[in-house]
Amino acid sequence: MSAYLVRRLGQAALLLWLVSMIGFAILHLAPGGPLAQFALSSQMTQEDLDRIAQQLGLDRPLPVQYFDWLVRMLTGDWGTSYRDNQPVLEVIGGHLGATLELMLTATLLAILFGGWIGILGAIRRYSLFDYLATAGAMVALSIPTFWFGLVAIYIFSVHLDWLPAGNRQTAGDGSLPDLLRHLVLPAIVLALVEMAIWSRYMRSSLLDVVNQDYIRTARAKGLPEWRVLTGHALRNAALPMITLAGLQMPTLLGGALVTETVFTWPGMGRLFLDSISYRDYPVVMGILMLSAMMVLIGNLLADMLYAAADPRIRLG
Amino acid sequence: MSAPPVLEVENLAVRFRAEGGEVAAVSDVSFSVRRGETLAVVGESGSGKSVTSLALMRLLPKPPACHISGEARLAGQDGRMLDLLRLPETEMRAVRGNRIAMIFQEPMTSLNPVKTIGRQITEAIRLHRPMSRAAAEEEAVRLLDLVGIPAPRQRLTSYPHHLSGGMRQRVMIAIALSCEPAVLIADEPTTALDVTIQAQILDLLRRLQQMSGMAVIFITHNLGVVAEIADRVLVMYAGRVVEQADVRPLFARPLMPYTTGLLRSVPRLDLAGRRAGALPAIPGNVPDPRHPPTGCAFHPRCEHFQPGRCDAAAPALEQVGDGRTVRCLRWREISLETAA
Amino acid sequence: MSSTATVPEATAPSRSNASRAFRRFRRHRMAVLGAVTITLLFLASFLGPYLLPFNDTYIDIMHRFEGPFSGAHILGTDELGRDMLARLMMGGRISLLVGLTAMAISMAIGILVGAIAGYYGGVVGAALMRLVDAVLCFPTIFLLLALAALIEPGLLSIIVLIAATSWMDVARIVEGQIRALRERDFAVAAEALGASDRYIVFRELVPNAMAPVVVAATLTVAKAILLESYVSFLGYGIQPPVPSWGNMLNNAQIYLTSAPWLAILPGLAITLAVTSFNFIGDGLRDALDPRLDGR
Repeated sequence: MSAYLVRRLGQAALLLWLVSMIGFAILHLAPGGPLAQFALSSQMTQEDLDRIAQQLGLDRPLPVQYFDWLVRMLTGDWGTSYRDNQPVLEVIGGHLGATLELMLTATLLAILFGGWIGILGAIRRYSLFDYLATAGAMVALSIPTFWFGLVAIYIFSVHLDWLPAGNRQTAGDGSLPDLLRHLVLPAIVLALVEMAIWSRYMRSSLLDVVNQDYIRTARAKGLPEWRVLTGHALRNAALPMITLAGLQMPTLLGGALVTETVFTWPGMGRLFLDSISYRDYPVVMGILMLSAMMVLIGNLLADMLYAAADPRIRLG
Repeated sequence: MSAPPVLEVENLAVRFRAEGGEVAAVSDVSFSVRRGETLAVVGESGSGKSVTSLALMRLLPKPPACHISGEARLAGQDGRMLDLLRLPETEMRAVRGNRIAMIFQEPMTSLNPVKTIGRQITEAIRLHRPMSRAAAEEEAVRLLDLVGIPAPRQRLTSYPHHLSGGMRQRVMIAIALSCEPAVLIADEPTTALDVTIQAQILDLLRRLQQMSGMAVIFITHNLGVVAEIADRVLVMYAGRVVEQADVRPLFARPLMPYTTGLLRSVPRLDLAGRRAGALPAIPGNVPDPRHPPTGCAFHPRCEHFQPGRCDAAAPALEQVGDGRTVRCLRWREISLETAA
Repeated sequence: MSSTATVPEATAPSRSNASRAFRRFRRHRMAVLGAVTITLLFLASFLGPYLLPFNDTYIDIMHRFEGPFSGAHILGTDELGRDMLARLMMGGRISLLVGLTAMAISMAIGILVGAIAGYYGGVVGAALMRLVDAVLCFPTIFLLLALAALIEPGLLSIIVLIAATSWMDVARIVEGQIRALRERDFAVAAEALGASDRYIVFRELVPNAMAPVVVAATLTVAKAILLESYVSFLGYGIQPPVPSWGNMLNNAQIYLTSAPWLAILPGLAITLAVTSFNFIGDGLRDALDPRLDGR
């Protein structure tokens, strides 16, 4: 397995490097380049701009700039926010927790409910439940997350007044019940798409497994059907789900951005949008790079977990 | 010699629901097996041999996808006869893997890849014989040793992918034997294996059978294997029994043209070179169960086909004495012809 | 011994692959429903405005915030008194147009990249595919927004951006297909006959890889429509006064409590369109898949 791990880490490193190059390219695509915010001030003359450019090292050849930038990123210097002059990493760090909270809760909900629906659908293939679940999953994947959020707010907040319409906590409060009340709606909204994905994949994976020879062997031993399911089928069907979990990072992050917007959730996604509207490029770039890294790490972790869980890979 | 049978099957029929109606996969199958006896079930793919055994194990889909009729009486632990086909599922589960066990054709895929060998064996043991995990592991070691797996204790923590096909099949046998079944159904257990391994497995089965006295139903399409291990032979075609006999008389004097054709198509080293021409094969293909031929199902491929007779009436199974049966309208005339 | 019996088809076998695929598609009820819905949506969006008495740009302050089914306006009016149905139709024009055009462009890019990577393999193929993987590391919305923030928003630029962030999946699919097909006999035969690389790739290999590509294309339209709605909702896509389902929703946010239909209606339209394309894609997948799992 160690050979596998080494190979996988090498792949991840290569991807990380490519990601950094793409990020750098985007950074320099900004109109006016990184000088944009300075150019806005009408008092700046061209000489001033040139001087700043020189100070920032923008007159050096691109590869040099890139290398410099890369080294700075690796050492934790992600630049300073234009808005409040704080180090970018700190600014992002302050918002990351909220996003992770949302993503984790949504994933848990999605696995629990989506997985369950998928399993039932596989066991009762072609039944009415299965048909509805499959169609429902398809619709759930087609609903714009933010619209679902708006509708949810309208129903549960405006109309029924059961749950708050936004934010992570009520000002002044911060108790666990308050936090949970605020978490419910955004987590469910974010979880919707995930649930659809999980239910489809769980169903498909379980169906694959249930047709295998070793399931027939298990039945031939005289095992009751529920034990065939829990002891044999689910264990095997769950393996590909580990990989799936890793692959969900991009979807989760994108969904989180949109959900945070609708629910004014103080997370990284909200920060991203705010920074864009403020033209706070360092933060924008920082979040962009961080999200890509999270995707990479998510995939890597999932692959490593899979390797550990599957005895065929773990023990060679 | 005539011990009471440990399994008696009478008029077993299996019908599947398919697009456009029902298909009879197996019809009118009757046979019995005694203690210590090996019954070989022979036939081409599609003859219904696997379906028959899956029906006995009640491993086929439930109605309405599949209908099973007939009787299958298995001698229970206490001597009482159990009607396998009518037992409620909970009772059948107590019998399955316990009194009657089955091993399958594909050893490479028949074991769960994410569970250790030890767990898969102890699971089978503890299912029918209540005992602690430790005791079951001891028993598993004993079984692995019995089936000829070296270093059995270490093997308990191995995973299936660590073992070769032959080894995996031995593990399957160990699992099947874990509760000392009265009947072992072996569905082409050696077909997917190397010839040398095949010989070892057959040898193992023979030895185990002698030790325990269990009856073996051996499904195969390989007549060489039949000659080696069978006491009696059941020939199936298109879902029906077409001939049944003790092994020697069957090979010496097959009565049904299909059997003759099967025997003739076995390659023989002593005839190589001496005979010009191709290996004689039975022309044509196994009939589509949805559109069976009229009359005798074999008539389109039979060299003794008599129009007006063989395609008009379906032959019934006839007793021929010494427990032989044949399903052919013309068997008497044919055997007279060949004797002449 | 001899082979298993072949089961004849219940109906007379059709000669052409296309007609058999079409029949399989027809059996997929939801897919057919999707196709019908999309056709209706298209007709409504492109022909509808000519049939309506109300213009989408006509501002009628006297009749603002009328709910659906309450007055002359079937689906009500918005905050400026504009007819909702007309706006939905015009918005549909834009959203559907963006979806289709973006799909076309991303297909072109994806097929090109995938075909080159799959055909030449080796370092070129690996490098291209790693590049695809790297781009895929950026969540689409983040990438799209970051890029959209850099440019002057407009119809064309949005289409290009959406295409620029959607071609990767197609490239992967095509690469896998071409790589597999490259070794097949018909490709080797063409090579032996002296056909040029371009010929082999585009006249022999790609046509055989079309089945999953067609499915991917349908699903890409669905995704593109969704992406446009996201980006326009967030304010960086289609800019008012040009209506799109997405920016109509941006508008509607503030009036959620007082005039919820302003939000519900465009969202329904998006959901309807995207669901239909997804079902069509599903149906196509079943229809064009030679293996026919029966799942």
